[in-house]
Amino acid sequence: MYEKLASFAQTWGLLLFILAFVLVLIYALAPGNKKKFDEAKRIPLEDDEPEEEDR
Amino acid sequence: MANTRVAQRGLGTDGMLIALALGIGVFYWLFVAARAVDPLMSFHAYVFIIGFTAGLFGLVMYATTPPAEETGYQTAVVKAGVFASTFWGIAGFLVGVIIALQLAFPNLLYFDALGWTNFGRLRPLHTSAVIFAFGGNVLIATSFYVVQRTSRARLAGGLAPWFVFWGYNLFIVVAATGYLAGVTQSKEYAEPEWYADLWLTIVWVVYLLVFLGTIWKRKEPHIYVANWFYLSFIVTIAMLHIVNNLALPVSLTGSKSYSLFAGVQDALTQWWYGHNAVGFFLTTGFLAIMYYFIPKRAERPVYSYRLSIVHFWSLIFIYIWAGPHHLHYTALPEWAQTLGMTFSIMLWMPSWGGMINGLMTLSGAWDKLRTDPVLRMLVVSVAFYGMSTFEGPVMSVRAVNSLSHYTDWTIGHVHSGALGWVGYISFGALYCLVPWLWKRKDLYSRALVEWHFWISTLGILLYITSMWVSGIMQGLMWRAYNDFGFLEFSFVETVEAMHPYYIIRALGGSLFLIGSFIMAYNLWRTARGDLRAGEKRPVMAPQPALAE
Repeated sequence: MYEKLASFAQTWGLLLFILAFVLVLIYALAPGNKKKFDEAKRIPLEDDEPEEEDR
Repeated sequence: MANTRVAQRGLGTDGMLIALALGIGVFYWLFVAARAVDPLMSFHAYVFIIGFTAGLFGLVMYATTPPAEETGYQTAVVKAGVFASTFWGIAGFLVGVIIALQLAFPNLLYFDALGWTNFGRLRPLHTSAVIFAFGGNVLIATSFYVVQRTSRARLAGGLAPWFVFWGYNLFIVVAATGYLAGVTQSKEYAEPEWYADLWLTIVWVVYLLVFLGTIWKRKEPHIYVANWFYLSFIVTIAMLHIVNNLALPVSLTGSKSYSLFAGVQDALTQWWYGHNAVGFFLTTGFLAIMYYFIPKRAERPVYSYRLSIVHFWSLIFIYIWAGPHHLHYTALPEWAQTLGMTFSIMLWMPSWGGMINGLMTLSGAWDKLRTDPVLRMLVVSVAFYGMSTFEGPVMSVRAVNSLSHYTDWTIGHVHSGALGWVGYISFGALYCLVPWLWKRKDLYSRALVEWHFWISTLGILLYITSMWVSGIMQGLMWRAYNDFGFLEFSFVETVEAMHPYYIIRALGGSLFLIGSFIMAYNLWRTARGDLRAGEKRPVMAPQPALAE
């Protein structure tokens, strides 16, 4: 049982993690997303519209 | 006569549900109080009854006030969180100084007849007060602030955020009084017994729903990265809390329970929980603060948004596996120890990626460090984050751990993270929040922030350097053999050798505590709207006109 689990973790687990990391990299680096992220990074700086606060 | 009746706000569905829950709760705890099998349970039953009744009273007060427009951001609950954070921070640091002095002078506050002043009772009070009471309130308050601003939407759930705030603080009171009275399930950082755990679970699920609900109704298409970090903190803490606290109460009206796990499985579950409390409470939660407050204070966007995405996903994927490094050389199978160690070392990458992202946000604005002590505090916290996340993986290596484990080195490491990273990023956030929330032009005094910064930085340095020396010395003394193969030192000789370092540590902690008093005073005067006369306020200076 241990051998099976260990070999599963060492092969498929490794593949899964690398695949997940590659997907993250693709999402983060895709040129098509650049505009979206450039807008997103300015969100904290542009939240100053004087909205009414209550209570 | 109807037209003379004052309009009342009444209770919406949110208020009705909270009232129903509190009402049922009062009856349940009355039942427990009447039939409690141990005095500690009946004591806590009364604490819950008082808390729930106060909650119901608050709801009635709310319902009978005149109605008000509720269109903008919900800031009152964040203000309450600022108060709670400051209060619990000081309380937690104070208890820390007391137990540091107790380690240096063991007879301090030792009374045969009074169990609750002993080190053993006060120590969990300190850890939980600083992590969960101070840190937790900072996280709840800042998350409520940040998620509204970055989603451009009011907090969801009507009165639910108030339920989260008061419910969480009621949990803190139950946990803290329980530690003093001797209620514990003996799991580090998870000491509260089953009934307090269940209450926290309810509060935490409502917290998650409030947070998700606010994101759901956001007017901003993208979910800002800080919210991803907050969300991972809320979701993962829910999972860790529930699994590690799976237990069977001996009696439904008694305070004692038994864990579902035993032996090495219990140890692994506990340190899976314990290390991820560090990873997802003290790291991702406060990284969310970094990703909002540093760009905001520096008035520059985060260095790389792409890096923040890679940072987020790699950090949460890797952190969850690192727990077994707490169990080197134990009954835990060696492959599991190695797995924990390997993932700990891999954590260098996302940790330093995040640190670089935070620090480089200042590129082109480094001069602000000279003039803005609040920004300096935030940036130094990120530097401490880098330092302690470098040290942590080193200590997780089995060979290093054989020297460092169970020694003061661990305590020093924890405090460089806790005082330097968590403490400073929280102080920085509080210094930002108070002028923003109370709509003040500036802090009461920047000079006092300078004092706070330098006094507590000195305190942190004294603390961690004394613990490094003490810890490494302790580890070396434990493993020293003489020519005949006997241990060179008895245990008490190592304790004696550590005495001077314990005094230095207590001094360092005292300086940190003094700093927090200065902060509380400064925040109080800021909230009142005072400005200290005769201070230069560089950021507030108007831009000179272009023409001569």
